[in-house]
Amino acid sequence: MADSAVPADLLPPRFADWFAQRGWSPRAHQLAMVEQANAGRHALLIAPTGGGKTLAGFLPSLITLSERPPSNTPRNLHTLYISPLKALAVDVERNLGAPIAQMGLPIVAESRTGDTGISRRQRQRVKPPDILLTTPEQLALLCAWEGARLYFESLECVILDEIHTLHSSKRGDLLALDLARVGTFAPNLRRVGLSATVDDPEVIKAWMANHRPDGGGNASIDLVRGPAGAPPIVDMLLSEGRVPWSGHTAQHAMQEVYDVITKAKTALVFVNTRFQAEFAFQELWRLNEEALPIALHHGSLAAEQRRKVEAAMARGELRAVVCTSTLDLGIDWGDVDLVIQLASPKGASRMVQRIGRANHRLDEPSRALFVPANRFEMLECQAAREAIAENKLDGDPPRVGALDVLAQHVMGCACSEPFDLLTLYDEVRTAGPYRDLVWEDFEQVVDFVSTGGYVLKSYDRFRRIVKGQDGLWRVRNPETAQRHRLNVGAIVSPAVLAVRIASRRGQAGRKIGEIEEGMVEMLEPGETFVFAGQVWRLVGVTNMDVLVQAAPGADPKMPSWGGSKFALSTYLAKRVRQLMYDQSHWQVLPSDVREWLEAQRDRSLIPEEEELLLETFARGHRQFLVCYPFEGRLAHTTLAMLLTRRLERMGAGPLGFVCNDYALAVWAISPLDGINFGELFAEDMLGDDLEAWLAESFMMKRAFKGAAIISGLIERRFPGQQQKSGRQVTFSTDLIYDVLRRHQPDHLLLRCAREDAASGLIDVARLGQMLARIKGKIRHSPLEHLSPFSVPILLEIGKERSPGHAGETMILKEAEADLIAEALQ
Amino acid sequence: MSVAYAYDHAPSPCGSLRLRLGAAEAMLRRSGALWLAAERALIVTDLHLEKGSSYAARGQMLPPYDTRETLKRLAAEVEALSPAVVILLGDTFHDRSSEERLPADDAERLRDLARGRTLVWVVGNHDADGPRALPGQTADELSLLGLTLRHEPQAGFQPGEVAGHLHPAARVRATRGSVRRRCFITDGERIILPAFGAFAGGLNVMDKAFAGLFARVPIVGAVGSSRVHAVGWKSLAGD
Repeated sequence: MADSAVPADLLPPRFADWFAQRGWSPRAHQLAMVEQANAGRHALLIAPTGGGKTLAGFLPSLITLSERPPSNTPRNLHTLYISPLKALAVDVERNLGAPIAQMGLPIVAESRTGDTGISRRQRQRVKPPDILLTTPEQLALLCAWEGARLYFESLECVILDEIHTLHSSKRGDLLALDLARVGTFAPNLRRVGLSATVDDPEVIKAWMANHRPDGGGNASIDLVRGPAGAPPIVDMLLSEGRVPWSGHTAQHAMQEVYDVITKAKTALVFVNTRFQAEFAFQELWRLNEEALPIALHHGSLAAEQRRKVEAAMARGELRAVVCTSTLDLGIDWGDVDLVIQLASPKGASRMVQRIGRANHRLDEPSRALFVPANRFEMLECQAAREAIAENKLDGDPPRVGALDVLAQHVMGCACSEPFDLLTLYDEVRTAGPYRDLVWEDFEQVVDFVSTGGYVLKSYDRFRRIVKGQDGLWRVRNPETAQRHRLNVGAIVSPAVLAVRIASRRGQAGRKIGEIEEGMVEMLEPGETFVFAGQVWRLVGVTNMDVLVQAAPGADPKMPSWGGSKFALSTYLAKRVRQLMYDQSHWQVLPSDVREWLEAQRDRSLIPEEEELLLETFARGHRQFLVCYPFEGRLAHTTLAMLLTRRLERMGAGPLGFVCNDYALAVWAISPLDGINFGELFAEDMLGDDLEAWLAESFMMKRAFKGAAIISGLIERRFPGQQQKSGRQVTFSTDLIYDVLRRHQPDHLLLRCAREDAASGLIDVARLGQMLARIKGKIRHSPLEHLSPFSVPILLEIGKERSPGHAGETMILKEAEADLIAEALQ
Repeated sequence: MSVAYAYDHAPSPCGSLRLRLGAAEAMLRRSGALWLAAERALIVTDLHLEKGSSYAARGQMLPPYDTRETLKRLAAEVEALSPAVVILLGDTFHDRSSEERLPADDAERLRDLARGRTLVWVVGNHDADGPRALPGQTADELSLLGLTLRHEPQAGFQPGEVAGHLHPAARVRATRGSVRRRCFITDGERIILPAFGAFAGGLNVMDKAFAGLFARVPIVGAVGSSRVHAVGWKSLAGD
């Protein structure tokens, strides 16, 4: 390591001694970050987990703060740390406490999240700590307070942790805007980004840089790289002969997973959805003969319960934690020595992040085990292993800042102090995602914030922000400002209900967590479900509470968990296609998968890499068309909607369709093999067909709801649930959407919704690339009966609902056996 | 026998549902209006005009197009049916100052409705005084074809009552999920109409507000995009 190249006197004696007492020597990148600070430069540190990245970010601030002369007057905020996760902010507070206490530094570092108590939050506003550790939402709130300028004006450093998870989202848009704001208050502010390994650092630099005309943009940020670290050891569980053809639970492998856990010190078991987490947790406890301490951690659990699990983990008391993406990020648990990924990882970068949770020491390799839940996932896991070995990552493309987020920000600015329109426009454009914002859009956003942005100008007397005689815009009244502050943030989650234990008299008792509205809709009172690792009986739903009673031992009816919520990344999909189509590569695959691919080759065909395989066959009374684009469930669902519209027009009478991450199947009464497939898959389906479908689709409505909430058109709690004489009257945003679409189709929020739907919810861009790729390359394979590839997708039909009942499982098992026999006959 | 068939109702070609209500014959229109052909009476309830501006006045800038949307829908029904009398069954305005906020062209649309026919404002809890400047007669309740037309349904057995106020909506379950629609709800003796206003929300008919209003298990007429669907109680779900 190049430690010696950096002058050692960068560290004051107190710090050098502290390192020495622990038997550590400061790493090169840690010293490099101190040098950056001394030179007053912005920096982006890219280092793998376990490289002392967080300390590297804080070291310069700790040194500066430790050298301050004593003061009798209260001090201002010196360093602001932003984490994408509440839990991470709390964790870093704990980790930072150690060096501060051990060196006896006169420094106060405190976290502030949505879970922080009111009195502490109020005190933090009046008497800020030296270092404040918080989240993007809290920063937006601080920026919307009166006196924000004073609060931040002596801020010297902002540290943005796990920046690669933030930049490419609406939360990232909001954070970039608040960064621009704080940058105005504190012109000498130094920006420090911390990131795990990323594909393209320039994208992140562009996001975090100050794009003031004299600011230097990307060039103003120096890239500091940490050491590469030992390459991880990634294995795949083969479960010889028992890997199912479809499904997402990996139930077949639970005994093997349990056995692996018994041999590890502490294992993190990652899954992709909350319901997979509940399921795996149940299964592992069923097998847990040694009564190992195995815990559960996911976003629906009550905050205090999550904190308990995290604390037990930090104390080294747990042998395994089943968790979702809530633990993807850098919570520092040194004792984890194995990461298990149940079901496919869906993306190479996410997997590298997860693997990094094991073993926070750089010189030792992290260990990970992939547990594919079905045969396609075996391909995916193999592709991910190869990508990780080659250190090839899938990156997020740079994004253009969303206008609904900008609307929220403009309102926040008005709540904090009067603003000048032109000055604010210039400030907003210093934020990376908004650097190309045109004046017309900005003007439209401000008009929206003020009066709703309607052509019909009947709301002029109700303005939310008004232009004063001094030419400055300000919020209409304190009440409007207060309501805005209650609604800041760019995370829109589905409506959640609190799950509470019902008392004997049926009243709401202790809260055990939160559940999405959609999940509750599938349950009837009296039915049982698994939540927080236990079986509960639904007593009823009142207002925003789901009342339950414990039902230990009951056979649970678990709501549908519908596969993975993450779509396969474009990059990994490409690798899966390559792996599958390159027959010379097959020998690296497990025998189950190899035999399956060989059967497919012999009974249908394996296409070339850039081709689209399309099969038609009859089964029962139905005629099937199955194709395998490997573009993820979202893009496939959109494609299927558009294909069925076209088939309808062609008179082919499509009856239904089903999609998964790899394939889609459409069925009809009459044969589908006489169709001109080139015409069916022509790229122009993304024109009028898409527009016509989109306007009516629930996805537009969902996207509109999100944009309406973020932009402040409707408030999170009101009028979504309006009280009418004490009763709940649902006043849904769908009504607003319908009226607005008819009377002002070019309204700002409809524009936002269309962009969101096309990118996030239906993946139009990816579909477009796919249609372009396969033009003239459709390989049609007309078959007598179904193919080995088609078995998994056909098994998805009718499987949408709960797989919990024993009877239902048997029926499905039987169906599966029949299908496989048929495919191989 | 399924409950839905125990009632005397039938679909009609225009997408309406024909229903015998006491001695009268009623059409449940897919607009959410009730049509009594024998009296050429068109009944709509809970228009909540100027709800958008009511929210805007409190700082929530909902689109200002709800009134014209609602009145256009009403005008289309008037165009289709040429009623002799149009009955607004209460809560026509969202709040007490809605009439003052009414844009001039929308006020004109309302006056048009009253031209050449009788316009009756049955008053509701949101607009207890009736209109100030707009034409039409004001009434607390009204008798027609042996039916009693009033805004708020009265407790207990009320044969022949036609009311609004509750904004009934139904969540209809199917194998692949559920849909929520505005609906009529009736036991063949009395009926509650869906809210007609573009921004009027719905209250699930499973809510306790509906309990005790019906003599037997009611059915709903769920307002779909092409017709009114008769749906039995067993196919409904709570929110």
